[in-house]
Amino acid sequence: MFPFCFEWIWDMSHMVFMGGLWYALTIIGLGMTYCIGKAFYDTYMDKGKDDHNH
Amino acid sequence: MKEEQNHEKAKRYGMVIDLDKCTGCGACMVACMAENNVPFKEDESKKLDSITWLRVYKLTNRKPFPDTEICYLPRPCQHCGGKGNHGHSPCVSVCPATATDYSKETGIVSQIYTRCFGCRYCMAACPYHARYFNWWDPVWPDGMEKYLSPNVSVRMRGIVEKCSFCFHRYQIAMDKAYYEGRGELEENEYQTACTQACPANAITFGDLNNPEHAVYELKKEKNAFRLLERLQTNPKVYYLSNREWVRRAGDNYLEKEKK
Amino acid sequence: MDSALIPKGVKRCPTWQFALWIGAAGAVLLWGVFAMLLCWFKGLNQTNMNDSYGFALWIWADLAVIALGGGAFFTGFLRYIVGKDELKNIINYAVLIGFICYSSALLILAIDIGQPLRGWFIFWHANVHSMLTEVAFCLTCYFVVLTIEYVPLILENRQIDKVPFFHRLGHNMHEIMAVFAATGAFLSFFHQGSLGGVPGVLFGRPFAYREGIFIWPWTFFLYTWSAAACGPCFTILVTWITEKITKKKLVKQNVIELLAKISGWMIGTYIIAKIIDTLYWAKVTAPAAGFNLMDFYSNNPFYGIWILILEIVICGVVPALILITEKGRKNPVTLMTGIILAVLGACVNRWVMVLQVMAVPVLTFESWAMYYPSWQEVATTILPVAYGVILISLSYRYLPVFPQEQELNPEA
Repeated sequence: MFPFCFEWIWDMSHMVFMGGLWYALTIIGLGMTYCIGKAFYDTYMDKGKDDHNH
Repeated sequence: MKEEQNHEKAKRYGMVIDLDKCTGCGACMVACMAENNVPFKEDESKKLDSITWLRVYKLTNRKPFPDTEICYLPRPCQHCGGKGNHGHSPCVSVCPATATDYSKETGIVSQIYTRCFGCRYCMAACPYHARYFNWWDPVWPDGMEKYLSPNVSVRMRGIVEKCSFCFHRYQIAMDKAYYEGRGELEENEYQTACTQACPANAITFGDLNNPEHAVYELKKEKNAFRLLERLQTNPKVYYLSNREWVRRAGDNYLEKEKK
Repeated sequence: MDSALIPKGVKRCPTWQFALWIGAAGAVLLWGVFAMLLCWFKGLNQTNMNDSYGFALWIWADLAVIALGGGAFFTGFLRYIVGKDELKNIINYAVLIGFICYSSALLILAIDIGQPLRGWFIFWHANVHSMLTEVAFCLTCYFVVLTIEYVPLILENRQIDKVPFFHRLGHNMHEIMAVFAATGAFLSFFHQGSLGGVPGVLFGRPFAYREGIFIWPWTFFLYTWSAAACGPCFTILVTWITEKITKKKLVKQNVIELLAKISGWMIGTYIIAKIIDTLYWAKVTAPAAGFNLMDFYSNNPFYGIWILILEIVICGVVPALILITEKGRKNPVTLMTGIILAVLGACVNRWVMVLQVMAVPVLTFESWAMYYPSWQEVATTILPVAYGVILISLSYRYLPVFPQEQELNPEA
């Protein structure tokens, strides 16, 4: 799973498979970070904004 | 799977079993179980969940008396080389946790008991039913634990095990060889328990790549065959029989291919 | 008692009635949990699996729920990527059903493995060449995506929505839902496919083995396709059952018909591909291994050729024809017949590709292996159904799952 696991080798199979995995996880992670971060900012940092803005 | 460090010429350990010599006595099975600490149940009548690394099958030509013929066929793990003999055995390629591996050094398919988490995909993949699941924790009769082999770890419930070609014997023999400053083994230095136990000398074991080993020539005999060759599993266990029906029983044939 | 939690403008049954309902489902759930604990503490000797049947009822249930849960990714794909806006009225439910299916699949897998505490080895010591590794990774990732898709619905609960942070979080997640849906579709394509690859790559098992392209056997594509085709049918079926139990129309018929129509075309194209695959396998792949088609379907008490006809004709061609035609979709009886047959078709396909693969002898001197599940296996397979009923009931009661409910039931 990680390059420091002893099974890991830098071959095409690992790069494609794990590349796909980490790509998907990155998108999910960044997406959720954006959602939570923005909600946090809007709620606690930007109090001037309307609560129900949509 | 990492390419292994290969100091010596790659070996390809395998077996040639002469079915015309096999009497079906079962000594190989007993030797295998004792050698490898294979667990057993109190009631062994239900064979579908018994563990028999080496199983002796009873084959018949299905002809009525007096033409009936019987053949006993010992079936260890076939240590398949897989398509193209690259080590992509049916089981090795499917194991999700790399708990079974193909040794490029010896051609032996290993099973890492502490790595296996018991998904049983390898069992589904093996057409020889050579893989067994530990449905129970092993229970040894009182005092028997003292007779267990210290060279083979006992296995716990929930994992898969199978014939290892007595790999621990290879390790012990190699240790001795290194100690004596040798890199190669003599043929008789590494033999499986079943080979040594067979009273009829039906089993021959050795390096299929080594012309000095008996199996090298035996495997080339015209009556030699392997089980399910058509599937391209590339087994390293060869069988010999002069009887055609026995050789035909080694594989599946379409109606039009039958004789 | 719990009226403060119930969405505004909709009617729900009295609390006592709801409690009774949950209690009944809970009793079944506890039965399943008991069997699950037996399997965990005593081991898989509690099952009727054996060395011929390393894969059995659980793996079938796993494959079936994942196929049927495919309604979530495909409906999401149609709604967010293709832009079929009407489907917004059923997407919540599709996501909920998908969430239940995938969490159930993960639970079943956790019971199925012999050493559950080592389950993480599949990630840590991953063999990237194994289809099961791909399944585990994509399935887990997609479950995370489904959770992300389900959370905004939970955040819409009347009380939770009052908390500004949660309100905004739900809003933000809605805003970028297309990104999650696209990731989900990407992951689903691979895990549905690799589930098909699980039997397809077994070159030692001529009943399962299929040729293919690169590393993927044809079953890879057939599984993804059939999940996209039959998954939405399962969403429609569960919606229909929910409507019958609640005695309310919850989704407008045009939405159901649109989804059914898309499903119909998907099933139609899938079944053509499946027929071609079956013919090629029967005529080329299996004979190369020394097997005639009928070798797989005779000399055993259960797996007759009927199962192939059931899968391809009755549960494949028939529902495709029904759902493709407008007449078939407009008639509620034929519509539901088509839907049920399609759902059954996916289940039969998964059954065959798991159980029959184990049953067919490969060595000429072995015979067919038959199997029936133990009560522990049955109970643990019913466990996710009870869990699904409870989660659907709770979601229906407290969350605005069906956007059209109020409009369709104005008297409430």
